[in-house]
Amino acid sequence: MSAITAKLENPSYFVPQPTVYPFLLSSGLFALTLGFILKMNDYPPGPWIMLGGAGIIAYVLFAWFGRIIGESQGGAYRDWEDKSFRYGMIWFIASEVMFFAAFFGALFYMRTISVPELGAMQAAHGTTLYPGFTGAWPSSGPKGPLFTPMSAWGIPAINTALLLSSGVTVTIAHWGLLQNRRFQLNAGLFATVALGVAFLILQAYEYHHAYTELGLTLAAGAYGATFFMLTGFHGFHVTLGTIMLSVVLGRTLKGHLTPERHFAFEGIAWYWHFVDVVWLLLFVLVYWL
Amino acid sequence: MNTATTTIPVAGAHHGDHHGHHQPSGVLRWITTTNHKDIGTMYLTFALIMFFVGGLMILAVRVELFQPGLQLMRPEFFNQLIGVHALVMIFAALMPAATGFANWQIPLMIGAPDMALPRVNNWGFWLLPPAALLLTLPFVLSLFGIGDGALATGWTMYAPLSVQGGFGVDFAIFAVHLLGVSSILGSINIIVTIFNMRAPGMTMMKLPLFAWGWLITAFLLIATIPVLAGAVTMLLADRHFGTHFFSAAGGGDPILFQHLFWFFGHPEVYILLLPVWGLMPHVISTFSRKPIYGYKAQVYAFMAIGVLSVVVWAHHFFTVGMPTPALIYFMFATMSISLPLAVLFFCWIATMWRGAISFETPMLFALGFIVLFGIAGLTGLVLADVAADAQYHHSYFVVAHFHYALFAGGIMGVMTGVYYWLPKWTGRMYSERLGKLHFWLTAISFNLTFMPQFFLGLAGMPRRIPDYALQFAEFNAISTVGAFVLGFSQLIFAWNVWQCAKGGAKAPAKAWEGASGLEWELSSPPPYHSWETQPQVA
Repeated sequence: MSAITAKLENPSYFVPQPTVYPFLLSSGLFALTLGFILKMNDYPPGPWIMLGGAGIIAYVLFAWFGRIIGESQGGAYRDWEDKSFRYGMIWFIASEVMFFAAFFGALFYMRTISVPELGAMQAAHGTTLYPGFTGAWPSSGPKGPLFTPMSAWGIPAINTALLLSSGVTVTIAHWGLLQNRRFQLNAGLFATVALGVAFLILQAYEYHHAYTELGLTLAAGAYGATFFMLTGFHGFHVTLGTIMLSVVLGRTLKGHLTPERHFAFEGIAWYWHFVDVVWLLLFVLVYWL
Repeated sequence: MNTATTTIPVAGAHHGDHHGHHQPSGVLRWITTTNHKDIGTMYLTFALIMFFVGGLMILAVRVELFQPGLQLMRPEFFNQLIGVHALVMIFAALMPAATGFANWQIPLMIGAPDMALPRVNNWGFWLLPPAALLLTLPFVLSLFGIGDGALATGWTMYAPLSVQGGFGVDFAIFAVHLLGVSSILGSINIIVTIFNMRAPGMTMMKLPLFAWGWLITAFLLIATIPVLAGAVTMLLADRHFGTHFFSAAGGGDPILFQHLFWFFGHPEVYILLLPVWGLMPHVISTFSRKPIYGYKAQVYAFMAIGVLSVVVWAHHFFTVGMPTPALIYFMFATMSISLPLAVLFFCWIATMWRGAISFETPMLFALGFIVLFGIAGLTGLVLADVAADAQYHHSYFVVAHFHYALFAGGIMGVMTGVYYWLPKWTGRMYSERLGKLHFWLTAISFNLTFMPQFFLGLAGMPRRIPDYALQFAEFNAISTVGAFVLGFSQLIFAWNVWQCAKGGAKAPAKAWEGASGLEWELSSPPPYHSWETQPQVA
């Protein structure tokens, strides 16, 4: 059994020293959420509490990941630990899949059940609260504002090309890493980060266009809510992925990561591909069909 | 299951800076610990504290319901108490208790030095106190004139009530987010530990049933908690950012919230119960002095229940107006869960069959669990019937049913585990006399509290209402008396645990004569790094 062989090669499992970072991170999250709640309900100290929380979180991210990188460079992690990280990342991504599934579920529900039913009230019950509402998609609902839906074949198509290309460049970087061709690794990673940033810039432009010219806002009923929540959370994940890829790029430029030991790269590459697949679903189900 | 072992030096634990490092002491030890036993102790202690907090809330409710009419509190405050009671008991008492078990027991039972991701483990725990604070803070703030109190929608947070509710809803949304992150971190850690840290020779089909139960639980958490997170995020957006997920004016639907909520909410029931079902066979086998009957059947039953649990959610709102085919599907899918559940019951009973049974406190709780949780299962079948549910829906019948499931099934299951493993954890024996007193008071007062609620529900008393018609007075009075006895008898438990940890009689490594499994081969209490040297499982 390979699991046992891996253990035999490793004399022991790495159990880290006591650490204050998780406690600090939780405190930061508490301040951030508490401040956000107060801000949303118009209590004055809200933004300041949020700022404090965000500061703590930022510090912990630097310090905690810094320590992990130090441990990794110091040779603390071997095959046995590496396998734990891989399993952990897989199940983390699985939970992310389910998070997006909730929003896709809301989209399907509104599009195939609630909007058509509101349009069919006259036919089904002989009376309706919303005369003239047909329930055709895209819809902002019977009382929603007028809006123009986002066309798939403008910026979204370009963004699809960008993200698919970034999937290719990250794979090119991976091959470079495996064969210890460092230039290919660094160039591939740089291209991936650049494509991610370009995607985000275009998405920001698209949102601006939607709000100022199309009347497409968060408040634009079923279409607006699902459009912005799905693409927004996706964009947030692209942002996180881009930041993580930049950190890995910084590390590879310093000579970190070897052909044998590079979970940091692979974990983020998996994450990036996951974000890619979500985008393809978005492109087909939100923009196109 | 063969757990015969020979100890050969294979693997253990090593540290960043080798031995001779200093451990922080005092409060800092608990804040910074990466040790699975310390973290398990924190989970269990937190769960016990929150169990009393949630209990006090519901005792106030029971006082209000002692007589018809409004005497103690405003209806708004009553609404806050019932909703926060549920969230506290589910997320801050039962789930942390189960995670505490996992932390303590899984490394001991599978022959691992620690959990696979110790720092993540620490974070998973330390997200809980802030979340509990967010849940209860609005009560305190309202005393100072800030806001209108805690979540007043019931724990299900149904739209549109929750869209229109006060800022307590926002607190609950973010509490749920933090609790959700904690659950996912804990689940990832448990899955990775079980997959990657088992002793050499321990194949998946030699894995202790407790670990199997938790493995399925962890998968369910990863599949459903993010959906709850999505649902409350939509709720937040509807409340503050102008979206219309749950409003017909924008093409949304309040019923969408119910679908999303119960896609999480129904598996949550099994999330609370699977760890308990996993520990039951160990306890029953130990005190029957017989091997576990039907190990494989129980593993497959866990799996079947895990799969079925995510495809039955709409039975929680049969009365909302669904198409008939959907009603029939959800009815039969729900009822089919009773098949694998019956497999578990019969395996537990068959384990006892012709055994040399003795009735120590854990065994008493296990037997009480089987009988009372059986009532939960049978009344669940009644509720799953679409035609009958029209009468039972949103009545006290439902309240009684899920307290048979979650108190008699969940809490009494947790008590079973605590009494069973306490000698292992503390190295000392608890008082058997107090334990038995605790069991009998709990079992009797539990039935005194909740059995009348079945009749109240059948007679038509709706849940979540602070006042009621005169005809319900007697049963409510009995229920309140039962609740107070039930609540105060838990103090015996706390006292017993405290006395045990402080200075009970010394417990041997194998605290129970009939026990088997890797955890009983370590000293009581086990060494700091549980299995420095991994055992070889034959």
